[in-house]
Amino acid sequence: MMTKVLNAAATGLVLVLVGVSVRIVAQAPEGHPAPLQQQPPATPSTGRPAAPQPGPAGAGPAAPGGGLGGSPRREQDKAAVDRGKGLFGVSCGFCHGSDARGGSTGPNLWRSALVLTDQSGAAIAKVIREGRPDKGMPPTPLPDAQIADVVAYLHSLPVGGRDQVQQRPASIVVGDAVSGERYFQKTCASCHSATGDLKGLAARYSDPRQLQHAWLMPGSQRGASPATRRPEVTVTLAGGQVVTGALARIDDFVVSLVDATGETRTYTRTASGPRVEIRDRLEPHRRLVPTYADADIHNLTAYLVTLK
Amino acid sequence: MTVSTMGRMRRLFVLLVAATAAATTATLVAQTGAPASAFRALADEWLTYSGDYTGRRYSALTQIDTSNVGQLALRWVTRIAPGVPAAAAGRFGGFGNAGPEMPRTISGFGTGALNQSTGRPARIVSSALAVDGKLYVSTLDNAWAIDARDGRLLWHYVWKTQGGTHTGNRGLGKWKQWLYMTTPDNYLICLDSRTGKERWTRKIAELDAQYFTTTAPIVIDDYVLVSPGNDLDAPGFLKAYDADSGDVKWTWYATPQNPGDPGLDTWSSLEAARHGGGHMWIPGSFDPATRLYITGTANPTPAYTSQNRGSGDNLYTCSLVALNVDTGKLAWHFSTSPHDTHDWDSAQTPVLVDAPFGGRDRKLVLQATRNGYFFVLDRTTGEHLVTSKFSEEANWAKGVDKRGSPEREPSKDFHIGGALVSPQNAGAVNWAPPAFSPQTGLFYVAMNESYAMYYLTETDPRGAMGLGGKEEQNVATFGTFLLAIDYKTGKPRWKRHFPGSGSWGGTYIGHHYLTTAGGLLFGGDPGGNLVAYDAATGDPLWHVRLGDVSNAPQTFMLDGKQHVIVAAVDALYAFALPDAALPKTATRK
Repeated sequence: MMTKVLNAAATGLVLVLVGVSVRIVAQAPEGHPAPLQQQPPATPSTGRPAAPQPGPAGAGPAAPGGGLGGSPRREQDKAAVDRGKGLFGVSCGFCHGSDARGGSTGPNLWRSALVLTDQSGAAIAKVIREGRPDKGMPPTPLPDAQIADVVAYLHSLPVGGRDQVQQRPASIVVGDAVSGERYFQKTCASCHSATGDLKGLAARYSDPRQLQHAWLMPGSQRGASPATRRPEVTVTLAGGQVVTGALARIDDFVVSLVDATGETRTYTRTASGPRVEIRDRLEPHRRLVPTYADADIHNLTAYLVTLK
Repeated sequence: MTVSTMGRMRRLFVLLVAATAAATTATLVAQTGAPASAFRALADEWLTYSGDYTGRRYSALTQIDTSNVGQLALRWVTRIAPGVPAAAAGRFGGFGNAGPEMPRTISGFGTGALNQSTGRPARIVSSALAVDGKLYVSTLDNAWAIDARDGRLLWHYVWKTQGGTHTGNRGLGKWKQWLYMTTPDNYLICLDSRTGKERWTRKIAELDAQYFTTTAPIVIDDYVLVSPGNDLDAPGFLKAYDADSGDVKWTWYATPQNPGDPGLDTWSSLEAARHGGGHMWIPGSFDPATRLYITGTANPTPAYTSQNRGSGDNLYTCSLVALNVDTGKLAWHFSTSPHDTHDWDSAQTPVLVDAPFGGRDRKLVLQATRNGYFFVLDRTTGEHLVTSKFSEEANWAKGVDKRGSPEREPSKDFHIGGALVSPQNAGAVNWAPPAFSPQTGLFYVAMNESYAMYYLTETDPRGAMGLGGKEEQNVATFGTFLLAIDYKTGKPRWKRHFPGSGSWGGTYIGHHYLTTAGGLLFGGDPGGNLVAYDAATGDPLWHVRLGDVSNAPQTFMLDGKQHVIVAAVDALYAFALPDAALPKTATRK
């Protein structure tokens, strides 16, 4: 009970502060179009006059929490978030989805401009209280303290679209192992054998996706040694001398290799030489890549994961 | 007279006609106070992102040519030191990156804590402006004036950032004595070019809504055009500001925002359209004759799991759009990647070319887009003329539809078991500026051929937000190529493989070009060299290894000498011919 009262008091204080901030936002039509809130001008040519904004020399807006990769939310009171989540599920989830990511009629609130930019919650509170009659959203007459809890919940949702909400599939293994074995016999068996070089292949990869990459293009699986991808190079100098080693780097103007003694040797390349031959043992694999149909890939992986 | 000589003479004639027309236009607009010479062929100065408004990055300068480029010599090197100096940040000096002494303006609403002095803010990926013996260069949150004669830094401006995605800053705009820059926390800033002092700031978009701004402002007459980016399902828009007052003259949204807006029928709902993306994060080009600003729009959002967008084209995302610069009204559009599902935005620089096509002279716009396709349109009407797949490997489309747009193959969107797709997310091309030479009729661009597996990770039928919902893992690369595309057919006339070139990603997404009337093509290569190629054949004629060429080479005249400047990460290099090698002939075409 005590907590509730304190919360209500705190909310009241917040709302007062927010009133100021909301007026500033409303006078700054230059900002985000806030599609849920205001309409862009019907005739863009007349435009909206820009409200003068305080320069940095003057009193700037309060800095939001900022990171170079986005804007992490300020921390929310855990108890308020828990209460708000429950309230949201009861009062809002039917339309907005139980996780606030959108339902049959209500929009996704994770990406809502209003939710993202309403730092103190006043704009959210207004929408909850008054609804959006023009869009079919009814008013939800919750007490201020409960609205504050819902705001805390909405503001606890992570910001950013990159895999924030994913429900990872159980496995990438979706193909048919029998068809995969047929494909193996036809395409791979001339160089590889399930009982020879590939014996126990699946035991080497705990993640089937990395196994899939290991056969699609050796070296493209996560954690692969860069050495897997390093070709051999032979440089034939003007005097006929031949130097061989692991290719360190090459461009139009130099070639550099590490020879058998571990020494790095670099040669200038010109139109007249030296002759440079690169032997990339992965080239046959690379040439195959464009020929794979997705079903072949899925089937072959389904077969290879059986090679424990 | 050989056929090729006849062709060259005809091209010369076209050039002369174009130059005369351009000069007339320049006279007309000179009264408005705009950088009038940005309407003329690029030569003495570099006045806007691409030098002039055409996006060709073709300079009429001829002092450096195929015969003498081998003698290019270093004039100066200048290293920039971004960030808030330690002393200015209120700490004891000696620990920060103060850099050389010079007048410094520190501004912004942040605390300074997020202003890194290394990393991306220390990487020059912008075009410098070269005006009246001064260079104006910018990185994320930082701008400098440089004396073009010896590279001395004249002033430094630092913006204390509040955050926002820090990818790269593409450069400044200039009108009269005022400079314009954008910041990742979405401010348009007007600076005095003489002092680096701030005149005014305007908020372009809300940081909390995940907008971030990296583009170079484009000044046309007294309009300043800017557009932010956003990776969380917010709508893309372009704003025209009054260069003097900073007032917004008009705003154009890339996706429908209101009932009845055109293009709404290409979305599942207004709600979807309002979250539809289409950001114009690379500057467009401008045709003074039609007053059309032509720019490319980025991908629709959510980028990958598109089910909530409906099955339509999702206009006007991944399109070339032509806007009347005086009204902000759309004149025409062409969908270069209808209903994109791979975050392959079509924001790449549109290149405006006056050239023969189909037996008559046409006003064209050329664009090579991230999805691996090249397009030629009539830029006055948007009429489609050529579509060509310049990436041999690109495998995501069934073909080209009757409008000339690539038609996506939905099975290549993604798959729980992985869909094998070319190109990888960074694209066949990315933001790196291409170039076009009217001498050769070739469009130069760096292309990467690659494959990645696109795994669907979001099993909720509602799909994901932003760039979420999938995981991508690279499979193979066939390397990077310099392509010289014949604009008439869209086919490469020649193609140069960069030996040793791998996959690209991060800040390494392509090489950037400049071509000149001296028959040259300048650009970086994957080995970190600045290379001068024969523009006709692609043969390298001169090179110097700078480590990592991070922007497009530029050229301008100063004291009778043609300068070539280029950035390699945090250093700007200037080259010119030694006095003894200077030709006695005219310096431009």
